[in-house]
This record gives sequence, structure tokens and C-alpha cells, in this order.
Amino acid sequence: MVVISDIVVQGVQMLLVLLLAPLLTGFVRKIKARLVLRQGPAVFQPYRDLLRLLRKEVVLADNASWLFRVTPYVTFAAIWVAAALVPTFATGLLFNWSADLIAIVALLGSARFFLALAGMDVGTSFGGIGSSREVMIAALAEPAMLLIFFCMALVAGSTQLSTVADFMASSHIGLRVSLGMAVIALIMVALAENARIPVDNPATHLELTMVHEAMVLEYSGRHLAMIEFGAFLKLLLYISLIACVFLPWKIAVFGAGPLAYAVGAGAYVVKLAAAGFFLALFETATAKMRIFRIPQFLGAALMLGLLGTLLLFVSRSF
Amino acid sequence: MSPVVLQMSCVAGLLGIAGLAIVLSRAKSSTAIIYGLTMAVSLVALFGSVRSLLGGVPNGSELILPIGLPWLGAHFRLDALASFFLVVVNLGGASASLYGLGYGHHDPAPHRVLPFFPAFLAGMNLVVLSDDAFSYLLCWEFMSLASWALVMAHHRERGNAKAGYVYLVMASFGTLALLLAFGLLAGPAGDYGFAAIRAAGHTPYAATSVLILMLLGAGSKAGLLPLHVWLPLAHPAAPSHVSALMSGVMTKVAIYGFIRVIFDLLGQPIWWASVVVLILGGITAVMGILYAMMEKDLKRLLAYSTIENVGVIFASLGLALAFQANGLKLAAALAFTAALFHVLNHSFFKSLLFFGAGAVLMSTGERDMDRLGGLIHRMPLTSFVVLVGCVAISALPPFNGFVSEWLMFQAVLQSPELPQWALKITVPAVGALLALAAALAAACFVKAFGVTFLGRPRSTAAETAREVDRYALTAMFVLAGLCLLAGILPGLVIDALSPITTEILGGRMPIQANVPWLSIVPIAESRSSYNGLLVMLFIAISASLAVFVIHRFASHALRRGPAWGCGFSDPTPAAQYSAGSFAQPIRRVFGTLVFHARDHVEMPAPGDIRPARLRIELHDLVWEGMYQPIAGAVGFSADRLNRLQFLTIRRYLSLVFATLVTLLLVLAIWS
Repeated sequence: MVVISDIVVQGVQMLLVLLLAPLLTGFVRKIKARLVLRQGPAVFQPYRDLLRLLRKEVVLADNASWLFRVTPYVTFAAIWVAAALVPTFATGLLFNWSADLIAIVALLGSARFFLALAGMDVGTSFGGIGSSREVMIAALAEPAMLLIFFCMALVAGSTQLSTVADFMASSHIGLRVSLGMAVIALIMVALAENARIPVDNPATHLELTMVHEAMVLEYSGRHLAMIEFGAFLKLLLYISLIACVFLPWKIAVFGAGPLAYAVGAGAYVVKLAAAGFFLALFETATAKMRIFRIPQFLGAALMLGLLGTLLLFVSRSF
Repeated sequence: MSPVVLQMSCVAGLLGIAGLAIVLSRAKSSTAIIYGLTMAVSLVALFGSVRSLLGGVPNGSELILPIGLPWLGAHFRLDALASFFLVVVNLGGASASLYGLGYGHHDPAPHRVLPFFPAFLAGMNLVVLSDDAFSYLLCWEFMSLASWALVMAHHRERGNAKAGYVYLVMASFGTLALLLAFGLLAGPAGDYGFAAIRAAGHTPYAATSVLILMLLGAGSKAGLLPLHVWLPLAHPAAPSHVSALMSGVMTKVAIYGFIRVIFDLLGQPIWWASVVVLILGGITAVMGILYAMMEKDLKRLLAYSTIENVGVIFASLGLALAFQANGLKLAAALAFTAALFHVLNHSFFKSLLFFGAGAVLMSTGERDMDRLGGLIHRMPLTSFVVLVGCVAISALPPFNGFVSEWLMFQAVLQSPELPQWALKITVPAVGALLALAAALAAACFVKAFGVTFLGRPRSTAAETAREVDRYALTAMFVLAGLCLLAGILPGLVIDALSPITTEILGGRMPIQANVPWLSIVPIAESRSSYNGLLVMLFIAISASLAVFVIHRFASHALRRGPAWGCGFSDPTPAAQYSAGSFAQPIRRVFGTLVFHARDHVEMPAPGDIRPARLRIELHDLVWEGMYQPIAGAVGFSADRLNRLQFLTIRRYLSLVFATLVTLLLVLAIWS
């Protein structure tokens, strides 16, 4: 019986992230449009985009291999599993024990690994330029993220995200220098990993200015739908991650009952909306960086993460 | 038959096969016979070593042969640590022999490879088995020389003579360091048996010197910076299955030597020894993978990636030393297990990748990635297994590379317990270096796989490539399967490694077999756990769910068309991203500092129809800053001394007289 309710809660969580992810992106786009005094498409536009893409035919480049066709599903699955591991409205879910923070980094790394390979598959310069820049960004963002997670793990005494979230929610840890550094660094990494301004521009259609979009330029139809959906999920994942660790307000503890779950879910939606609003505000107020400024930006995140970890090695009370 | 006798008979068998290979030499069927026999013997040895690792080694598994030093004899012994490394050696040996059954037929000069191949394997087995300093050094030299002969197998190819020369010089240097290390260990009593060395106490001064000498001796064989220079020259020069053995296995034998001396023979370590090992390991890891990133020769890229992995292993060993010195047995066992796990993993995937590079070499004759491409269409099976190897070495779940990396990071997270300030600063910094190396490794293998196997073929050789033979494919599929198995059932491996940690460190990780659902739990479940099997299942289920939904509800239409080129399609495959251009962003970020990398663009004047050219300037600072001055100094003094060769007899006589007088004077003053 317990197992069944576990599975149900976990299933609800997995469906919830799937359902909310396009909405979040639509919401961010809407706010961005309103901030520059445009009407903007409806918040449900991403759903319509996905459905339209699913109905379209796939145009595959002549020399695209099986890897190119498999990649959308692999990346989507890896991101979805990673998203299922991040507590959204409740902690202590069934999947949480199978993998920890380090595994989440690696799962996202797998998704990126296959996407970068798919960018190389067709053999055009666009794919190559996108892939090579993507791996450069990843080479800095991934260690930064690991160090940020070290920071959290040292504070909470565990690399299990659920335990970390519980710890942050339950005890009065107060203001900590190391966690402050970690949250700033994590936001920087999240911007880079989700190809947001100032690292990359999700809305651009000039091939040379984009990284992520250049890499997936050859995709169309249902394949593109999977990749877009993966990207929506990834944005949701990062926001959930930041929210559950640094803003564990009203998050339900495992087994707390349906009411607490409902409260948790409500709080979660509020958190998503707030994060989406601030993301839109930030993106509207900033310009995109030159590509070789990004290493400095991410280098700063890496250093913040390292500094936070070092402080915690010096004393647990930082 | 006692386990050690079984292993020694296998070694004798391998040496016998080497003799047979000399006899058969140019016979037509020699390739099949020699590799077949070698594989059979390696499999027996593998079976024996797996059994003694899992079932425990009975006491008295020793063998003393009446050869070697007259008063000492040659001691051989099998314990848990040796059994584990014998598993690594013989698994590599068996898979390389299987691969050789197919690959060997393509060898232009099989008689230059066949005798040395089993001899090399025998040498590695012997190093691991030997139990006194004299036989250890002798076997070490035997192993080095056999591998040197294999490096020189294709001695007429460009660069191979230099590779062999540099290897020989560095191997001699390494052995000299080992010789001195064992001299210090034996002490004034001069007992060279490992049992006696273990029993004797060692002064801090001697222990320090031994550590430094072992880092020089074993480190040069394993490829620690800055002693790595021979490795990317020599490993790729050998035939590919031998490259796999050198990179996947011989570096591990060197690591075995380091563990045996530093952890086992020296006894309780001093804490600051770990700082040295940690820093060296971290720097080696990052530098190795940066070198690999800059490389466009597939086999050299793999050799540089070996250096990275050796760095990772040494960093874990450094952590284990730090914990052990402070009496934190559980954490030490964790770090040590991570190192051994990575030893095993690296032997799997590096052999696999070298086999893959050999398969590419076999069917295209090319190692230069800028002349390959599009092989995924021509060699689908090879591409698939190499992709598995690339995913595994990039430390991505659910494969094995991730598990050892994960264990290592868990060990890093245990280290705030360490009391020393130097360690409190060093460990997080090295942790950051390791994280950087892991991320760069993924980038590097996207490049290696993407440029070699994806895209459009860049040469006719790549266009006409054919799938390799079934022996080579079987060998690669077996290794790929092992990569996956070790990744999804890590608990079994960790439990199999626990006798070693008990034997060497006196502590062990919790028994993983008791953890439900095949998870692994290094310390306690509330701290961290990982379940490779479940992660794989989850990915498989969600991917199939996505595929099912898509194929149920979405359009099935699919059309092939030309790639989108924004109105100007690339005229030639040469316009694709190459190895050099793929590395450009990372070269800009890291290379300007580490390699003094500069891009020079030669742009012709307007109206001039010459093509524009891009030249990349890279400097290997270790080679230029350390080895070239030494080589220059040696050359300079050799030139000066050369004059002594052309003197008149009168001058020679006066020189002899002067030497005699000087020596007598010295003697007189001395006494």
C-alpha cells in the first residue's frame, strides 16, 4: 500500500512537471513581451507549438544517422528523469533515493552530450559551431554546479536532494555566507545552462549569435518537439531546484497527506510564477554577452562555488 | 593447485607461447595460433584471479623459486590486492588477444609483434605477483622492454623511432628511481623481501624519499605530469591492441607498484604525503584532458585521456592517504575503493576505445580525425560500441565511469573531517580540478566521437570504410557490456574490492549486498545513495514512454532532404567543423594560458585570389621548458666530450697519468 501511494505521488510529480513546463516558458515569454509593451502570444502558446510540431512531418538531412533520430528521445528522457528527482511540492519521493545531486548533474550532462553529438551528425558548420560552444559552456558550468552542490551537501550533510531540502526547510539555519554564494552561483549557472540571456538568446534567429539553437538547427517536426519540450523541462527543473533548496517555503514533507500536498503544490506554482517573473525582468534589463565573455561569467560562478566550499571546509558554521 | 602456482603456471605458459612465436615466426597461421593460445591462457589466469579475489586467498599462497639473488631466491605471492590487479591485467590480455585474432592479420610484420605480445603480458603478471624487490625490478624491466619492442614493431613509420627512444630513456629513468626507492626500503640490513620490508620500521626521512622516488618511478610509467611525455608518443605507436594494453593495463601495473609500496610496505602514511599526491593527481587530470582536447590524432587523444584518468586515480589515492594518515578508516576505504574502481573502469573503457581506434585504423588506414568522419554509416557496430565507451569515459550514468567518479566526490565530501589546514584547502581545490576534468572529458569525447564517426566523410578512405571482423567486434562488445554491467551493478564490484581495503587499510566500506534494490551507499543512506540499475530503468522507461506517445499520436511523415545551409550549402566536407575548430572555444578559454595558444590568420589583400589561412600555434610548455633544456645540456656536453675521441696517443697517456694522480690524491686526502 505504501509503495502504491509512493508511486502515485511520484507519478503525479512527473506529470506535474510535464504539464507545467510549457506553461512556465509561455509565462516568461508573455511577461517579457509585456515588459517591452508588446501584446505577446498567449501563455498557452508553447503547448500549441508543441502540438503543431507533432503534426508536422520530419525533414531529415540526407546523411543524418540513427544517432540523430534517437537523440531527441534520449535527451528528453534524461532531463525528465532528472526533473523527477527534484522535489517540487513534496520531498522524499520514491525516485529520490536512486540518485542524488551529483547524479542530477550527470543526467543533465548526458542530455547535453547527446545533443552536442547530434549537432555534429549532419556535418554542417552550424551544428559544429553550436556543439563546440555548448561543450565549452558546459565545461565551465558543470564543475561550477558540482561545487555549488558540494556547498549544499556540506551544509546539509548529505548529497540527497530530498534530505537537503528537508534540512533547509526544517532547521533554522539562518543566513550563511556559503549558501549566499551558492545561490548566486547557481542562478548564474542556471542562466547559462538554459541558454538564457546574457549567455545565449532563446529568441534569436541569427545563426551565428546562438549556441543552443544552432546546435539543434537541423531538427524538425516531432524531433524538434521533443527537444523543445526538453528545454522547457530543464528551465522548470532549475527553478524547482533553486526553490526547493533556497526557498523551501510550504514544501510538503513526505507522507504529509493530501492537504499538505495541495498546499505544497500551490506554493510551488507561486514560486514558479515569481521566478519566471524575475527571469523575464532580468532578461529584459540585460544584454547578451559576447561569446568569449561567457567564460568570465561562468568562471565567476565557479569561483563563488569554490569559495563557498572552501569556507565550509574551514568551518561548518559559515 | 594453489592459486599462486596456477598464476605462475599461466605466466610460464605465456612465456612458452612467446618462445613458440619465435619458432613459428613467419608461418602463415602463426597469428591465429599465438593469439588463440594467449587468449586461452589469459582466460585461465583471469578465472583464477577472479576466484582468489572473490573467494579470498588462503594463507601461504607464496612461491619461492630458486632463481634471482642466490641468498634470496625469487618470491612470488598472491594477496587480495595482487588478485585484483591480475584480474585487470588478464582481462585486458584476454580481450586484446581476442581482438588480435582479427586485427593481427592486418599487421604488415606479425613476426615483430607475436613473440613480444605474450611476453609483455607475462611481464605484467610477474610484476604484480613478485614479492621481493629484486624480482619486482627484474620483472618491471622485462615488462618495459617487451612493451618497448612492441612500440618499435612498426619502426619505419614516422615518429615511431623517436617514440621508442623517448620511451626507453624515460623507462630507464623510472627504473632508476624505483631501484633507489627499494634500496632505501631495504635499509642497511639489505633484506629485499617485501615481508621483511613491511615488518621493518621506516624513518620519516626514508619514507619521504621513498614517496618522492615512487612518484618519479611509478609516476613516470603511469604518466603523471610532468613525466608523461613518453606516453602520448609511445602508446599510439604500438599496434592498437597493444596500445590498449599499454594504456588500459600497464599504467595500472604502475599504479599497483605505487599502492604496494606507499600503502602496504611503508605502513602508516604521513599526512602531508597526501598533499603532494593530491596536487599532482589534480593537475595531471586537468592537463591530461586539455592536451587530449587539443589533439587531432585519435590514438594520441586516447593516450592523453589516459593521463587524465591516471591523474584522477592518483587524486583518489591521495585522498585515501590523507584519511588513512588521520585514522579515518571508513573514509579512507571509500577513497581507496573509488581509486580501485576507477582502475577497473578505465581498463574497460580505454581498452574498448583503443580497439575502436584500431578498428578505424584497420578499415581506413587513418588516425588523423581531420581525414575521417561519417563512419557511423559505414561501420555501424563499431560506432555503437565506441559510443558506449565514450559515454562511459565521460562519466555519464548509467555507465561505470560515473560510479567511480561519484564515489570519489563522496570521498571529497567526507574530507572536512580532516584536521590539517593544508588538507582543508587542498582537498576542495583538487575536487574542483577533478570536476573540471570530468566536464572537459565529456567535451573531449564529444569531439572524438563527433569528428571521427559523425558528419560527412572527409577523405576517400573514410568514404569507403568497411565494418571490421567479428573477432574485433566481439572483443569490443564484451568490454562495452562490462562497462554497462559495472555501471548498473556497482555494489557487486564494491563488495569484491572490500577484501583489499581490509587488507591494506584495515577498514572497509559497508557491505553493499545488504542494501535493498541494489543501491550503493558509501556511508549511510541519509547521506548519499545511488542506484545505477534504477537510473537506467527510469531512463529506458521514460524514453520508451516518449517514443510510444510520439508514435501513437504524432505524425509519422518523414522526408529526407539536403541539410539546411542558410542558402549556401557547404561545398565540400572539408568545410565541416574539424578537430581543431571544435576545440577552438576551449583553446581560447584554457589554451592561451596553458599552451600559449595563438591563432594566426593570414588574410590576402583584397583582389588577391590566394586562400586565407589559419595557423594555430600551440606550445607544449612541459616539453619546451623542461625536456628540451635537459636534452640541450646533454647534447652540449656530449659535443664537448666528443673531442676526447680524437686525441693523439701522447695526450691520452697524459690524461691517463693525470687521472691516476688525481685518484691517488683523492684517496690520500680521503683516508
